[in-house]
Amino acid sequence: MFIRFFMARFLTALAVVFGVVCLVFFLLHLVPGDPVEVMLGESARPADRAALQQALGLDQPVHVQFIRYMANLSQFDLGISFYSKRPVRDLLLERLPATVELGTAALLVALLMAVPLGMLAAVKKGTAWDAGATGVALFGVSIPNFWMGPMLILVGALWLGWFPVSGREGIASLVLPALTLGTALAAILSRMIRSALLEVLNEDFMRTARGKGLAERTVILRHGLRNALLPVITLLGLQLGALLSGAVITETVFSWPGIGSLVVEAIHRRDYPVVQATVLCISTSYVALNVLTDFVYAWIDPRVRLGSQR
Amino acid sequence: MMRIRLPLGVILLWALVALLAPVLPLSPNAIDLPHILAPGSLNEWLGYDDLGRPVFDRLLVGGRTSFLVAFAVVGISLVIGSLLGTVGAYAGGWLDLVLVRVMDVFLAFPGILLAIALAGVMGPGIDNVVIALSAVSWVGYARLARAQVLSMKERDHVHAAVATGTPPTRIITRHVLPLIGAPLIVEASFGMASVVIGEAGLSFLGLGVQPPSASWGSMIRDGARYMLVAPHMVVAPGAALMAVVLAINVLGDHLRDWLDVKSQTLKDRGSKSPLP
Repeated sequence: MFIRFFMARFLTALAVVFGVVCLVFFLLHLVPGDPVEVMLGESARPADRAALQQALGLDQPVHVQFIRYMANLSQFDLGISFYSKRPVRDLLLERLPATVELGTAALLVALLMAVPLGMLAAVKKGTAWDAGATGVALFGVSIPNFWMGPMLILVGALWLGWFPVSGREGIASLVLPALTLGTALAAILSRMIRSALLEVLNEDFMRTARGKGLAERTVILRHGLRNALLPVITLLGLQLGALLSGAVITETVFSWPGIGSLVVEAIHRRDYPVVQATVLCISTSYVALNVLTDFVYAWIDPRVRLGSQR
Repeated sequence: MMRIRLPLGVILLWALVALLAPVLPLSPNAIDLPHILAPGSLNEWLGYDDLGRPVFDRLLVGGRTSFLVAFAVVGISLVIGSLLGTVGAYAGGWLDLVLVRVMDVFLAFPGILLAIALAGVMGPGIDNVVIALSAVSWVGYARLARAQVLSMKERDHVHAAVATGTPPTRIITRHVLPLIGAPLIVEASFGMASVVIGEAGLSFLGLGVQPPSASWGSMIRDGARYMLVAPHMVVAPGAALMAVVLAINVLGDHLRDWLDVKSQTLKDRGSKSPLP
């Protein structure tokens, strides 16, 4: 049963990735007018224009271009950067660790903030604590990354001098970007944990746990939170996507050398192969994360994978 | 009541500023060289920016930008999304299948990544910002409308309409759309908040409105360079942006509760609830 669930989910994801590849391919063809002219400027010589057109394969009919693109992609050949003249794949691999590092740190920050906040709000439902946690969460989702980042730089780096303004050198430089990226996720997560925990708190097994004389702390942590985290995991997978797109802005704010700042740099330099490849890389990782979440969820909760039997 | 009055006031102020900005005596692009980076004073509340332009005037004009973009994007994507979702769900078959697959592909781009790529490739400008953000936003409405229509199709009154030979377009406009309006409006109200952030985000990345036009996002971008000497350049537009987004979110919550409450009272009265 699990294998069938696995295969079905995997095939759907493959179809989606194929769609994404198509859309990203046509992105370049969306450039108004001639992409070559946009890249070289209007004053370019006709010879240069023709040379670039040929180098890009843009002199071929669209279907030939598409087949060539797919063939290259299947060998992980993502083309050559216009700007640095290096293979795009190498650029991506260079930048990937920084983004993974930032994303992991932000996820950690989000969990550290959201779990206590969500638990507090659920356990003390209807009190000032709950209202306070709701307020904090509302602020968290309403502060855009590109404002929170500069404000944290102002306070944490310029006034207090505790952290570097930007760049990626040492653990101290990770703090402000991770806080910036993690806050919005923390806000959303804390709301999910609150509602999931509230549902669990009314379950019979919670009364049983209390009835057999367990400490309230153990009841909440061992019996409540554990069960409440199940639905949170699914939603967390979807939210990781928001983290990826948030990384684009956060990395730009802090000059963090990851995939996100690479895509913005590439857009400004009109380095289209790099734009295509980064967008493709981010969205396929998002699809992969979603599939992974489904599997993890099915693995922990047998009701999901056995659902089709009922 | 206070909890709804304050956000309502913020939104009304935002709308008023946006609509009146062209007739107000503002000079967002007037350069006053002696006052470059000057902080707020009694004459000029919010001070001047790096080119000696008044931050307050630019803030108001930037508010107009975000208001216009938000309304355009939410309007366009609401119409296109609910139309596609409704038609797909009602028609079913291959049309619905194609729609679902296309939605899956659009949903595979996290957040505003697709908008960033589109705006980047199409080039900056407010029109392209509207197109890019609409291309991302329509999916949410399409998905919601589709789900709503699917459940609505099985309702008795729709079956009755089909049985009496009512043409599909009339069933959709008269018997389906009026009943799925409420959740779509709630979705649209939250959509406003994400479009406001999206526009400011694109402008922050330099992919939105072009200088010298003002946007809260580009004001934050310009100000970030002078943060130590002129923090007011970043604080002012960011605070305005956050106030608007916060107000929209609070109002959206109220709207959702209010629409749910309404269906509750109808149920209590014993009549059939129009809402799921």
